[in-house]
Formats: sequence, structure tokens, C-alpha cells
Amino acid sequence: MAKKDAPPRWDRKMQQRLARGEAAALGELYDRFASLVHGLAHRVLGDERAADGITRDVFTHVWEHPETYDPKQGPLRSWVAGLTHRMAVQRLRATETAALTEGGEGSTEDLERKVRHASVAARADYIVQSMPAPLRAALELAYFQRRDYRQAATDLSITEDEARRRLRLGLQLLSTAHDAGAPPGYGGAA
Amino acid sequence: MSGASGFEAYDGHDEHDEGHGGGHHEEPSTPEHRKGHKGDNGDGPVDGAGNGAGPDQPPRIPLPRASVEDTGRPLPVLDEPPPPAPLVLEHRVLKALLGAWALAACSAAETAAVEDHLGVCGSCADEALRLREAVGLLQRPESLDLDPGLRTRVLAGCLDRRPPRIPLPEWATPYDAETARLDALLQDFGDAEWHAPVRLRWFEADEATSRRTTVAGVMAHLLSVDGLVAVALGLDDPMGEIPPDAPTPAGRTESYWRASHFPPTRSVRAPWREQSHDLVRTVSFTGSTSGKLSVAYGDFALPLHDAMLDRAFECWVHAEDIAEAVDYPYAPPSPRHLNRMIDLAARVLPAALAERRRTGLASPVPGRHLAPAGEPGRSLRLEIEGLGGGEWLIPLDSPAAVGSADHEVAHVALDGVEFCHLAAGHVSPAEAAAGQLGDREAIRDVLLATASLSRM
Repeated sequence: MAKKDAPPRWDRKMQQRLARGEAAALGELYDRFASLVHGLAHRVLGDERAADGITRDVFTHVWEHPETYDPKQGPLRSWVAGLTHRMAVQRLRATETAALTEGGEGSTEDLERKVRHASVAARADYIVQSMPAPLRAALELAYFQRRDYRQAATDLSITEDEARRRLRLGLQLLSTAHDAGAPPGYGGAA
Repeated sequence: MSGASGFEAYDGHDEHDEGHGGGHHEEPSTPEHRKGHKGDNGDGPVDGAGNGAGPDQPPRIPLPRASVEDTGRPLPVLDEPPPPAPLVLEHRVLKALLGAWALAACSAAETAAVEDHLGVCGSCADEALRLREAVGLLQRPESLDLDPGLRTRVLAGCLDRRPPRIPLPEWATPYDAETARLDALLQDFGDAEWHAPVRLRWFEADEATSRRTTVAGVMAHLLSVDGLVAVALGLDDPMGEIPPDAPTPAGRTESYWRASHFPPTRSVRAPWREQSHDLVRTVSFTGSTSGKLSVAYGDFALPLHDAMLDRAFECWVHAEDIAEAVDYPYAPPSPRHLNRMIDLAARVLPAALAERRRTGLASPVPGRHLAPAGEPGRSLRLEIEGLGGGEWLIPLDSPAAVGSADHEVAHVALDGVEFCHLAAGHVSPAEAAAGQLGDREAIRDVLLATASLSRM
């Protein structure tokens, strides 16, 4: 389940500092999560300005309602990712619906398909970012650098067996992006 | 997950195999290779009893290292080798290959074997489909270069909606912004960037001076010098047990560099960032009272709020050094912050002029009289152009005098970023593109004094 490398202590302290109204905490929160938030929003919406807007909305929400995060439910990172996901998908649906009612092309099914597609793509991004680094490294070699698993094994100084295992496991994790109907599944794989 | 036990079983088999030779146990990776060894095909010494296949299993995993003599058994009826003999692998081996197969990262023979198997094995076929779909989800990570202006806008928007109970002191915001910008620049650096050579440049006794280091070395420099502020605030000294050569920026940096057996690496980023966050946090808490604190730089001291401004300035200057070393663009600070940095330089210039005069570097005061403290004195009008610019009247004859338009003897105009480069020792006073009017001696003194503000 939850990995031990992100101490929940940081999460809890951050929440307390935000609740206390510490502007410096807000800055630290931004520094830690802005690229995650912006990246996910951009993956869903495919638009820089819209991703900027979601980034603003997410941090505003966390700053105004830090108590809505419950450290018992998981890491702050997953919570922020889930929040981003919901807001971005909501925005996508709203803009697409508006375009549709204004006589745009396509059907509601197209719209739903588009939303689902964007949602899965963003969840996949998050899974890749959050999966154990060895799995990510193996996938990167095989996919982006087109190394076969034997070459990947050499590159990573692992057995071929281990290389096969990492590729399969990495893809298995990634494939769960299709599962979760809604963002609560966020971080389940992390 | 049912696959897991399969993996373990297979792992055991692999270990067993490795006993035979170096772990390269399966069939060779390319068809060419296969041809070279085709005598081995299918009849390697298979230690397979333990791997769960039926006893009548046809050709097993060929072992390239087995010599022909070792394998006297006849080939099982495989007549036509020209197209490489189909590889027959057992279910669990094929299952373990599914990830590599989905990524097209197997040999041709393995791919063919997997695909044959998918036609007859429902569970593998299901997984294969799932993994292939997962491959479609792999995307290049998007560029992580966030507009630094976004940080400012987002934070300002938040603070607008819910005013902070513990705000950042205004004089700490340039440091907060500059450290965030530098940290973002470092975000995607690989080893090549971290070890890229950088030449730190500054002016010493009116001469351009420099010191070679690396990107990581620059960060170690920032960490150790920011530590002066940390110490003043009662935080941990990043120098730890390292005794500094001198309690100055250069002294601390040199001993920090020397204390490590290896050149600094990317590992310096986290402590630097943690310290910069701690500084911002601490000054927000000590708030108004900490304004009276003074930060000792060894041979001089600055009030805390000026020290934080100075560190913001240094952070930007060195971020530019780093950006230049790795060939990235890097923008100047926001106009508001640039303005405060220029203001700091303008405020310390009179003292720098006095110091130069004391050490004989600057021309003596021409008039017989020094301006009395608090009185207007001979002044130079410093006109800074561009965003963040403004005008400053620099009293020339005494730090205690007040700049006065009525006593203006010279007028210098230059761009804000150019002025900062001059104050950082990155541009020489002679080369600084400055419009000049009036007392040339006074102008020369002020430009040299500006360069003398620079240090390692």
C-alpha cells in the first residue's frame, strides 16, 4: 500500500501549517506539488491556460480548506492529485458541454469518450510518476529508448528475468488507470 | 495477483540455470545469433524437470553455451531449420514475457512464441490485451518548466481569498521567489548539468576575478553563504562541523568545497532548498522583531531584511551563471523585486565609496568639507531604466549625507539588469553601457564602487 518514503509527518505538519494560515507553508506546498498539479491538468485539458487555471483553483482550495484533507486516507500527494483530477475533468466536461450546446460537432457519447480518455491518460501519468523508480526506469528504457528487455537488463545491471518482471509489473500497474471509475482510486497504486 | 507466484517459481528456475554459465541462459536474442548456433536448437541439456512442463514437452529453452558434444541427442523431428525453428516455451515463461512482448522488447522468436500461445491460452490473452492497452498510456512526461510568474499569481490569488495569519514579510518575498525560480531550473538537471563547469566572477581591488567550479559547486556556495542568515536566525549552520577559513562568504564556501572528498553533486540541492524554505518560514515568524537582527558577513554586516534581499540577489546572479553553463534561458527577477535589489545597491553605495576613499581607491573629496551628517551633499543621480527602474540620488562624500538634487554633480543612466550585472561583477565598469553626464571622476568612482559590491 502506501510507501514509506513520504513520511506522513510532513503531510500532517503541512496541513497544520496551512490551517494556521502560514503563507510560507503555502509556498512550500506549491513548490512541492505545482508541477504535478499542472502536469495532470494539462494532460486532461491539453491547454496551457486552462492548466494554469486548474493550478490556481487547486491551490486555492487547499489553502482555503486544508481541513478537507484527511491524513488517514493517504498521502497528501495522492489527495492533491485526486483533487486536480476531479477539477480538471469537471472543467473539461463543462467546456465540452458548452461547445456542444453551442452547436459544436459530435454527440454526448463523443463527449463522454473524450472525457474518459483524458481522465485515463491523466491517471496513467500519475501512476507512472508514482510507481517505484526501478519499474519506471525499465519502462522508459523499453518504450522510449526502444531497448529490448535483454539490453534493458544490461543497462540496469539486473537479470533478464528481473527485467521481464519489471516490464510486466510496470504495465500491470499502468493498466489500472483504466479501472477506477472515479479519482478516489488515485494513489491506490502508489 | 496470480502472476506473482508464477514469477517466483520462474525466478527459482532461473537461479538454477545460472549455475550453468553466467546467466545468459535463454535462446540468443537475434535470429542471426540463432543461426550460428542452430545445432543447439531444442536439444540443450535441459535441467527442466522442475519447471512444471509435461515430460513429453518438445524442444525446451535452448542453451547457447552447450556444446554439440554435450548434446548428442537427436533433434526432435524438426526438418526444416531455415526459418528459425519456432521457439516453444512453457506457459509461465510466456506469461513472464508478456510485459516485454507488449512493449515489443523481445526477440522475434519469443514474440512468435508468445503470439502462438495467446491463441490457446485465455488468461494470457486477457493479460496481453490489458498490457498492450497499458503501453498506449505511456506518454512522454510533459515539460515541467512552469512559468515562474504562475507561482506569484497563484500564491497572490490564494492570499487574496484567505489573508494569511502569518504572512511573508515583504522584504522576504524576493528571496522566496528567486529560490523557487532557481529550484525550478534545477528540476530536470541530469548529471551532465550538475557537473557542468561554471566560472564564478566578481571584482576584487578593481580587477575582474574568477573561480572555477561546477553547477553543484555553485549550489554548495549558495548553501554555505545562505547559512550566514540561518546562523543569525538561530537555525542550524549548514557548515556543520566544518570550520570556515573565515566567517565570510568566500571563506565559508572554500572550506565547504574543501571539506568534501568529492566534488559537490546534485545531493546539495535538497539541503539548499530545505534551508531556503526554513529561512522564509523563520523570518515570517520572527516577523517585525527580526528586522532588527543583523547578519554578519565577516567584514561587514547587513540588517536581516537587507541580508535577505542580498541573498535573493545572489540567488538570481548565480542562477544566471548556472543557466548560462547549461545553455538555458533565464529571465531577470520580477520588476518589483529587481527594484528592491537595485535599491539595496544604491543604499550601500555611499558606504562603499567611503571605504574606497579610505583605502585610497577612490578620489578624495574635492571640496574641503565633508557634508555633515543628515545634510544634503554632492550627489550623483542614478537613473535606472527599464522595468523595475527608478531614480536614486547617491550622496558622494559621506554615507551620512543625504542625496540632494540641488547638489547633483553627475548623472548616470543604465538599464536595471545591466546595473545588477555591474554590481555582481559580471560586467566591468568600463564596459557597462551607461549614459553619463557631468563629473566624470564621480561617475567613475560610483561605477567602480558598484563593481566593488560584488564578491564570490
